Amino acid sequence: MARIIEYRDALNEAMSEEMRRDERVFLLGEEVAEYDGAYKVSRGMLEEFGSRRIVDTPISESGFSGMAIGAAMIGLRPIVEFMSWSFSLVAADPILNNAPKMLYMSGGQYGCPIVFRGNDGAGGQLGSTHSWCVEGLFSNVPGLKMAIPAFPADAKGLLKSAIRDDDPVFFLESERLLAFSDDVPENEYVIPFGQALVRRPGTDCTLVSFGRPVHFCLEAAEELAKEGISCEVIDGRTIRPLDIDTIVASVKKTNYCVVVDQSWPFGSPGSEIASQVHQHCFDDLDNAVGRVHSADVPTPYATELEQAYLPNTHRICEAVRATTYNA
Amino acid sequence: MSVVNTAIGTGHFDGLSKSSSSVSRALPFEKHLEWLRMMVLIREFEVRTMQAYQDRKIGGFCHVYIGQEAVAVGCIAATEHADPIVTAYRDHGHALARGMDPKYCMAEMFGRIGGCAKGKGGSMHMFDRDNNLFGGHGIVGAQTPLGTGLAFGTKYIDEVLNKGKNRQVTLCFLGDGALNQGALHEAMNLAGLLDVPVVYVVENNGYSMGTSIQRGTTMGDQIVAKAGAYGITARQIDGMDVLNVYDGMKEVIDEARETSRPAFVDMRTYRFKGHSMSDPRKYRSREEEEVYETGDPIAQLRDHMMEAGNLDEDAFKAMAKEVRSEVKESIKWAEASPPPSVDEELYRDVYVEAWGPYTGTTEPEIVRDAGSSKGEG
Repeated sequence: MARIIEYRDALNEAMSEEMRRDERVFLLGEEVAEYDGAYKVSRGMLEEFGSRRIVDTPISESGFSGMAIGAAMIGLRPIVEFMSWSFSLVAADPILNNAPKMLYMSGGQYGCPIVFRGNDGAGGQLGSTHSWCVEGLFSNVPGLKMAIPAFPADAKGLLKSAIRDDDPVFFLESERLLAFSDDVPENEYVIPFGQALVRRPGTDCTLVSFGRPVHFCLEAAEELAKEGISCEVIDGRTIRPLDIDTIVASVKKTNYCVVVDQSWPFGSPGSEIASQVHQHCFDDLDNAVGRVHSADVPTPYATELEQAYLPNTHRICEAVRATTYNA
Repeated sequence: MSVVNTAIGTGHFDGLSKSSSSVSRALPFEKHLEWLRMMVLIREFEVRTMQAYQDRKIGGFCHVYIGQEAVAVGCIAATEHADPIVTAYRDHGHALARGMDPKYCMAEMFGRIGGCAKGKGGSMHMFDRDNNLFGGHGIVGAQTPLGTGLAFGTKYIDEVLNKGKNRQVTLCFLGDGALNQGALHEAMNLAGLLDVPVVYVVENNGYSMGTSIQRGTTMGDQIVAKAGAYGITARQIDGMDVLNVYDGMKEVIDEARETSRPAFVDMRTYRFKGHSMSDPRKYRSREEEEVYETGDPIAQLRDHMMEAGNLDEDAFKAMAKEVRSEVKESIKWAEASPPPSVDEELYRDVYVEAWGPYTGTTEPEIVRDAGSSKGEG
């Protein structure tokens, strides 16, 4: 049984279910309580769980992230909401220097079971400072896990896994997807990390993506099908751990691969996946791996520039045609 | 050329009054002896640490606690063992005062498997779960939001999970250099807003590395005002007299426990050595150092105990000798402890559930269940 709900409500259900299940779980962040969430993700949660567990914080990302890490070290399971991942940059020290390293630096004595979650990515004419795709920056760091769901059902199942995880999880949502509605199972379920999903089977080219651009890949695959190019679309779902197995199996079948990643090209998840595909599929590839990223410039404001900057269906089609010698 | 006065001068302790309470005097003298022994142990440990560093047995950055012993010893004596403690990178004294065996502390600096963090943290990152020590943190001020969170956590456990009353207080140590980090101010604002039972103890030794407090901090002579701005009660304590530290901190900690509110202490102290092992101390004069050395915390307590008739020269010497051999033992033990095995430890403790080494440029096989024994290559 499934029903159709919004991505934001799927997130809300995941948090609420886990908070009912485990009293150690609490949510903190800017406007999460009285305001019902800046993007209404935590709507109704203050009413159900009270102000001890749904904690409004001042605009102090560094302070409240560090505070949540301290609480995690002593045995609680905080969920930290960043209104936008763009604002996490002022909390770089706690989220990068403390959370993912605590277990290692303490020789295994103190873990950090914490979830940082919020909107990631551009597309709303917010200009460069508010449009960060942090997966390029943060996936470089060992000790953290990173999930980036593209569909409501994954948002729920992956967030439940994230909250139960004993390690720090960076959970990347998308403001542009919050109102996206889709099937979500009625029954309780979790989706394990490190399992990519083939969203659309195909035979001629593997398209690998994660997060919002998965939707552009599906559109591109539809378009390319009309030209006789059959794309297999893989939704990575998590970046750390990365399910390279599923990607490799697909590329060995299609012999072509295009990676679509909304972060900047230099030193990105996209470049990492391309490198791993080259490594693992060297003899199977009939061309170098193609890559579609955000343009290597600060995010522009003007609609025309911003749309050209982001990975989009048109650019993905072009990349697939070029990679498969159909240009 | 203009001359900048880089030193704090000799007035760092001017105007400080002794704590009004004198509960420490009423304690059995064995308690004083215990504190004296711990201060002597820290001093001896740090002297040996400096030697080992010069002998290149200790690597990286290393900051010794000589001169500040009364702070860790007096503060920690005023806590309960279950109260969490978190501190900065000058952390050997806190680890020992909290009960860490010196051999684990020394072995950590030697980078050995016997170290408190298996040689993965080093001098600046002492962790001890059994003794509720939550680190040693290397980035100035980084531990202050963590301290706020530890206290938020214990209060949540007591009140939300266990439906009882707050029972614990977190001690969060920081240096005066951390006064100028934003993290501290965010942490204090949160603690003030959310009624978090954390005590920020500023070990105010007058210098953040080579920068005197006047050169780095506005209102450097009245830093308690900074806590006042966040609605946090604050006081100054003379941190060179361990009895005075205990008396003042006992009141502060008891009150924080009772009211479940934060507190802030301007703990005046002086580091007798440089910031780190590579500091020639050109920013202050030898004369200044000599003035403060007359307030040596060990000498103060020793003299007090002798005057009270609870200690004589022979007993003190015997104790010092015993401590010397304990520290020597710790060095021997650290030297005998093997370095962490690359095969077993390099990839261990990255995740609670080990998932093995990075596989991007190695074999095209994904190691899903890599235990620590499956090191790369």
